[in-house]
Amino acid sequence: MATIELMNVEKKFGSSYAVKPMNMTIHSGEFVVLLGPSGCGKTTTLRMISGLEAVTDGQILFDGKDVTWLHPSDRDIAFVFQFFALYSHMTARENIAFPLQAQGEPRDSIRKRVEEVAKMLRIEHLMNARPGGLSGGDQQRVALARALVRRPAAFLMDEPLGALDAEFRESMRAEIKRLHIEQNATTVYVTHDQIEAMAMGDRVVVMSAAVVQQNGTPAEVYHDPANLFVAKFIGSPGMNLIQGHYADGKVALPGDNHYTVPADWYTAIHETIGRDGDIILGFRPEAAHISASGPIATTVYTTDLHGSYTMLHLELNRDTIVDVRAGRGTNYPIGTPARFDLDPAMVRFFDPKTEAAIHKGGNP
Amino acid sequence: MGTRASAPRAPATISTRVDKVGLRPKVTRAIRAFVVVILTVLILLPVVWMVMTSLKSPSDVVAVPPKIIFEPSIESFIFLVTERVQFPTRQEADEFRARDDLKWYEEKVAERGQKITRVGDFPKQLRNSFIIAGTSTIFSVLFGVLSAYAFSRFRIPGEGDLLFFILSTRMLPPVAVTIPIFLMYRELGLDNTYFGLILLYTTFNLSFSVWLLKGFIDEIPKEYEEAALVDGYTRLQAFRKVVLPQAVTGIAATTVFCFIFAWNEYAFAAMLTSDATRTAPPSIPSIQGVGRIEWETIAAASLVFLMPVVIVTFALRKHLLRGVTFGAIRKG
Repeated sequence: MATIELMNVEKKFGSSYAVKPMNMTIHSGEFVVLLGPSGCGKTTTLRMISGLEAVTDGQILFDGKDVTWLHPSDRDIAFVFQFFALYSHMTARENIAFPLQAQGEPRDSIRKRVEEVAKMLRIEHLMNARPGGLSGGDQQRVALARALVRRPAAFLMDEPLGALDAEFRESMRAEIKRLHIEQNATTVYVTHDQIEAMAMGDRVVVMSAAVVQQNGTPAEVYHDPANLFVAKFIGSPGMNLIQGHYADGKVALPGDNHYTVPADWYTAIHETIGRDGDIILGFRPEAAHISASGPIATTVYTTDLHGSYTMLHLELNRDTIVDVRAGRGTNYPIGTPARFDLDPAMVRFFDPKTEAAIHKGGNP
Repeated sequence: MGTRASAPRAPATISTRVDKVGLRPKVTRAIRAFVVVILTVLILLPVVWMVMTSLKSPSDVVAVPPKIIFEPSIESFIFLVTERVQFPTRQEADEFRARDDLKWYEEKVAERGQKITRVGDFPKQLRNSFIIAGTSTIFSVLFGVLSAYAFSRFRIPGEGDLLFFILSTRMLPPVAVTIPIFLMYRELGLDNTYFGLILLYTTFNLSFSVWLLKGFIDEIPKEYEEAALVDGYTRLQAFRKVVLPQAVTGIAATTVFCFIFAWNEYAFAAMLTSDATRTAPPSIPSIQGVGRIEWETIAAASLVFLMPVVIVTFALRKHLLRGVTFGAIRKG
């Protein structure tokens, strides 16, 4: 399994960047998810790694070897496409055998390896069907089999579940994760679905506007977003972000509310925005808890029941609504007042000018 | 609606679907069948007439009123493939008929007081047509597929201009360029050669085949080749193993259209070919009878001439049906 390194890799179309110079190392056996909204450059990045798209500058290394200008077929990678790209004029078996034929494998060994991989993906009974007659999930299984059969150095997957129905997507997500664990294969996985990214990745690389916004474990990007974009993009709903004004250890919030900043944040805040300045307070819905003595007073805007919990939408004033998670036991009629408090370990602060997170331990 | 939603209603006995409202299905079907029959008759009548004429004897051909029921004869086909002379006197003809070493077709001809002198020109002209139409079709489709693939998949500088330029060769009506082409060909020694007509037909068909095939190849998602590229195939192998099999429909449709054009082409063939390379279309109307206009021979020639197109179209019909509607519908 290969370690993939991107060194100042960039892609320009004309004068506009599809991917601004980026550096990234994907370690051997790691499952890295490139996450971002459409048009953020994540697919272009993947295609540059595969060699289907030429870089305009920078270097790509596989295990320390420069492959920047190698043909895709010489990189020893497998690519899984969103729309499967199964050859409709071949049966499932022929599709899976296709990459092995390119390598000139003897026929016996091709048959053996095709059988093996079919068994692993539990598609033995579909081997003589043509792709047109298979369900979306089975088509993607065949496509995965075609990728696996070659035992490549790395798997590149471009939204492989994007074209599937919701029910298939859930089960295929588990299957791909399981395959990754069994094969321990270096995998780069592109998706715009943050739930998928969080669920599957060892590491999540959040991209937006051709730039890497954050590169970290799912827990890191969730709990410690590097900037406002990541804070909003990760989680459903995203992080609550409230415009406020900081002075004397307190943040003035809309609706005449004041939040007392935990003392361990003082230094970091003073270093970035000073002792008196605009600040953005951020917290996840589960960081808040309803309490009669809570410092922040709101009125209930609406509530949604999510089965195991209730999501409250609380109004600080007309322009500021926050999402707060509450148990499903209590009833919160619309228009009634509600106060909440924040878990001091789970509040985050952002600098509104740079949109970057303020780090408690100083900026890294 | 007059009834309240809550009022109990009898189950509907007639369909109220909008597409089923209207004339009763039987009537609609009858009208449809009638229209189809009329159209079929209109289209097939000339063909049927041609087939009948080709099977008539010389006297039946010119009979007034035209005979619908007649004794079929294949004389016309013998006339078509032979060159004949009329015996100058009745006596000579009778003497010739009396010989017992005559082949069956010689006898048939002798009944008309004629003698076969040699094989006619038509078989050779038909062969010329095959060589020229066939070769130019192969070239048009081959070059068409290659350039359509390039236009479809690669960023080509000035792609739009090039495609327009290719199409622009179709904008002048061929008659407008016949004289210049004739002069050019004479100067270059291309007139009356196979190569000349093949070159000309390929040039004419290429614009058509590039545009048509580009439409088909655009429809094949490029992920297919990319998958093959990643799987270890070269661009050319991917093209051959993945793109070509998926473009079969388009290639079949293009082949038929190119072949029909090259096979039927009249004006240039009439002007640029003479004896050795003359193709069938310009020679059919100039079939010379012996002593009269042999309508039945002309009909037989037309019928024989029609067959290859019918056979090619029939052989590729499965692809054609999809082919002519395929490029028109864009997938989302």
